[in-house]
Amino acid sequence: MKPFRTVSGIALPLDRVDVDTDQIIPKQFLKRIERTGYGDFLFCDWRNRSDGTPDPTFVLNRAEYQGAPILLAGRNFGCGSSREHAAWALSDFGIRAVVAPSFADIFQSNCFQNGLLPVILADAEVRTLMSRALQTPGHEVTVDLESCRVTDKKGFEASFEVDPFRRECLLKGLDDIDLTLRNVDRIRAYEEARGAAG
Amino acid sequence: MTTPHTLFEKVWDSHVVHREHGQPDLLYVDLHLVHEVTSPQAFEGLRVAGRPVRRPDRTVATVDHNVPTWSRSLPVRDEIARTQIEALRRNVAEFKIPFYDMDSPHQGIVHVIGPEMGYTRPGMTIVCGDSHTSTHGAFGALAFGIGTSQVEHVLATQCLSTPKPKTLLIDVKGALPTGVTAKDLILGIIGIIGVDGAQGYVIEYAGEAIRSLSMEGRMTVCNMSIEAGARAGMIAPDETTFSYVKGRPQAPQGKAFDAAVGLWRGLASDPGARYDRTVTIHAGDLAPTVTWGTNPGMVVPVTGKVPDPDELKSPDDREASRRALEYMGLQPGTPIKEIRLDRVFIGSCTNSRLEDLREAAKAVEGKHVHPSVRAMVVPGSTQVKLEAEREGLDKVFLDAGFEWRESGCSMCLGMNPDILGAGERCASTSNRNFEGRQGRGGRTHLVSPSMAAAAAVAGHFVDIREWSYGGNGR
Ligand code: SF4
Repeated sequence: MKPFRTVSGIALPLDRVDVDTDQIIPKQFLKRIERTGYGDFLFCDWRNRSDGTPDPTFVLNRAEYQGAPILLAGRNFGCGSSREHAAWALSDFGIRAVVAPSFADIFQSNCFQNGLLPVILADAEVRTLMSRALQTPGHEVTVDLESCRVTDKKGFEASFEVDPFRRECLLKGLDDIDLTLRNVDRIRAYEEARGAAG
Repeated sequence: MTTPHTLFEKVWDSHVVHREHGQPDLLYVDLHLVHEVTSPQAFEGLRVAGRPVRRPDRTVATVDHNVPTWSRSLPVRDEIARTQIEALRRNVAEFKIPFYDMDSPHQGIVHVIGPEMGYTRPGMTIVCGDSHTSTHGAFGALAFGIGTSQVEHVLATQCLSTPKPKTLLIDVKGALPTGVTAKDLILGIIGIIGVDGAQGYVIEYAGEAIRSLSMEGRMTVCNMSIEAGARAGMIAPDETTFSYVKGRPQAPQGKAFDAAVGLWRGLASDPGARYDRTVTIHAGDLAPTVTWGTNPGMVVPVTGKVPDPDELKSPDDREASRRALEYMGLQPGTPIKEIRLDRVFIGSCTNSRLEDLREAAKAVEGKHVHPSVRAMVVPGSTQVKLEAEREGLDKVFLDAGFEWRESGCSMCLGMNPDILGAGERCASTSNRNFEGRQGRGGRTHLVSPSMAAAAAVAGHFVDIREWSYGGNGR
């Protein structure tokens, strides 16, 4: 996994609550057997009108926000299906961090597995960033995992909490499976202790 | 005296392989369910790293999400879906994983076949690359959905390191009124606590109304825990649980079963056990329920009206409701019973078990689907289908003008050819009414099986408590 330390760039304001993974990556794109190539389909049904042409008013399609590595969203981002394709699609599109007041559990865990940082800030803090990004398209934000802070050039500064273990894994780009396999003797002992009863 | 523990704590603690300060617990996984959509990348990961599957004997696979439900003898026409199904076939063969393929009598939705075959048992830890794994919590198992990277992790190690969730007790006081089902109960709960109301928690459902539910009803409740944002939902096992598990092919038999029941009896939360949060629900307040919007928390009793976004307090909620109404093509103030339907779907891991089909059949027996409605029944498993056919339920549905299909996820998420057209309105027994869930532009209303069945006949929503069962209605 690629390590995550800090990311700076345009903030993409998706001002909606309860954004579910069916919207992030609609099911018709779940039939592929690869982990890559989902970026083009990110928010497909919101990006495109029913006749298949792009909706120029949708924030992802607006020229001023192209190349944004940071997504701002409302509470409960990533609810619904466990599809990791949602995290893959965001990553593939170029998003490195998502800032929201809260995240659905499975989505959050999927992000960490893919070097995508979910950042939880207070409602009011997200609102401030959202307003700035909406009012000044192209507004830049920095998310720093080493200091656990989000800042911008207009004096915004907020700190966030992240599970220390997950932070460590992200900073170092550690592979979870390798970490667990270091405990293989303990796993075997557990299996033996439970024996037939297990 | 020892400290009292909750059901969740007992199951969690007995599965900790390793605990180290500052790290999440390493948890042992008893059963890993696998399906075609969330597994191919995980198996590929194993191959690239040269890792074997640690415990193929604790892994079970089936195909459910993509499979066509018209006929099992025809080839899968959708080429990409076929690729995915074939990928799973290759993977289970290579890694020697038990597999129920499309033509197996035990094929079905992964959350229906686990319990049905006795794989799902009290006190276990169960994971699957699917959020509705919470279904299995109905047995007093700790069961939760994981992403594909974690699927790979479990395949390789049979373990998972995951932060410990908090505990939420949902105490359902009193008995459910007549005509109010497990589906209405869970929709009601989500309406009260919200779609993120249980985020970070494992829910334990308790109380009289829960105790008197069948295993099928308990599965419906636990199934939709994820719709309230919960990591899992659990119900303490009792006699209802034990008699359901008894005699199932994968369950312990004879003396071994009795011994297991002895252990399972000890799983219930101890008196005085502490939860991080408690919510009390009064079953008597609940009514047959319909969702009006684009998430499962947007619910209203069937006797109610489409709500007015302007009456909501938070600007975020007002905006979300406005968007939902626009998507759903509904006006505030419209009585729910006046909403007309184009489609009816009875199926999904929420409501596709035998009891659900019996309830639905009862409501349509001797009647006919409304001429402007297309209605289908998709059994949750091939076993459910066969059993229903033995009881003659297929005939009841077919005579009433329903389509009677092969088992699978089908129109719950429309990855196979069963989808809604843009603007089509559907009463569905599934679990998600998200935008486009059943087909782009499709409008989903979640209801119980009997409410869906009655709506198919009437052509609009009806209050099942006023339904005239049997005979000669249209
Ligand atoms: S029936 Fe629907 S919710 Fe259940 S596993 Fe299948 S797609 Fe998921």
